[in-house]
Amino acid sequence: MAAPSTLEVSVWRGTERGEFQTFTVPRLEAQTVLDVVTYIQRVLDPTLSYRFSCRVGMCGSCAMTVNGRARWTCRTHVARVAVQGRLEIAPLANLPVVKDLVTDMTPFFDKWARARGRFEGAATRRDDFARVPPDSPARRLADAAIECIGCGVCYGSCEVVAWNPDYLGPAALNRAWTLVNDARDVANRARLAAVAGDAGCHACHTHLACTERCPKHLAPTASIAGLKRLAALAALRGELEG
Amino acid sequence: MNVRSQVLLWAAQRASAAVLAVCVIVHLATIVYAVRGGLSAAEILGRTRGDVAWAAFYTLFVLAAAVHAPIGLRSVLAESFGWRGRSLEIAVLALALALATTGLRAVYAVFV
Repeated sequence: MAAPSTLEVSVWRGTERGEFQTFTVPRLEAQTVLDVVTYIQRVLDPTLSYRFSCRVGMCGSCAMTVNGRARWTCRTHVARVAVQGRLEIAPLANLPVVKDLVTDMTPFFDKWARARGRFEGAATRRDDFARVPPDSPARRLADAAIECIGCGVCYGSCEVVAWNPDYLGPAALNRAWTLVNDARDVANRARLAAVAGDAGCHACHTHLACTERCPKHLAPTASIAGLKRLAALAALRGELEG
Repeated sequence: MNVRSQVLLWAAQRASAAVLAVCVIVHLATIVYAVRGGLSAAEILGRTRGDVAWAAFYTLFVLAAAVHAPIGLRSVLAESFGWRGRSLEIAVLALALALATTGLRAVYAVFV
């Protein structure tokens, strides 16, 4: 059977309160979900708000909920997700909606800061370069988690974030794990305290939604498991601050 | 509750889960074995009374359950019903004490 020549696309309009509006969009070969949204905004309704930048899966701007699942829309082909020529496109879950498909990412990035997600070194410009063997166990662990683009797909997919708004979420914890495994970082004692407990890694139920849906095929669940282990050991030794 | 205490609760739940995994298997296997040919209350008491090993095993079982269940319930109540803070801590502590008290009383009853 030939592919349908049009798509029926339901798009969220409004803020936290709103409704789906349906558009008919021409079906093209090798069409991405972002192409569909762009067509609607440029041709059918210029008041539609959405966010994108690089269009090649690097910037992490264009994540939306497509047919009920968080996805990066620039690298999601319509052929993979459309059901009988229909798409439903909504903003990412677990974040405030600014307008239409645009979410306010402030809570997401505030949690990166709360998880002490920035590198804190002690070396000065007069010190020699740190020598970190690429095949050292810590470097390998950091490498496995480092390619996060901050798209928020994991955060929008996480049930624990939905149940516990204070929970730091998979991306912030994954970031903290890369720093915990960075031999040059000097803030790990405080970082472990920041990511532990009821609002941190120990709240993770290992549902694996983040790992299943991460478009970069990272495993935040594994990173969180590593943090759980280290923070629990620190707590048992009485080394966990706070 | 401070972060260290929260993490220690998490560790206690994991450790008690490991104990329960063994205890539940032994408990179920014992039930299946003991009632194969039918077993009266008197026969059960005849085997448990004065048996320090069984009393020690079920004491461990009861204490592991009293630690494990309230910590899990604490998460369920916080995440599903938004109950957090000191009142929740007191409620789950009361549950832990109730489970330990009634469980240990039952162990004592079949031991003496």
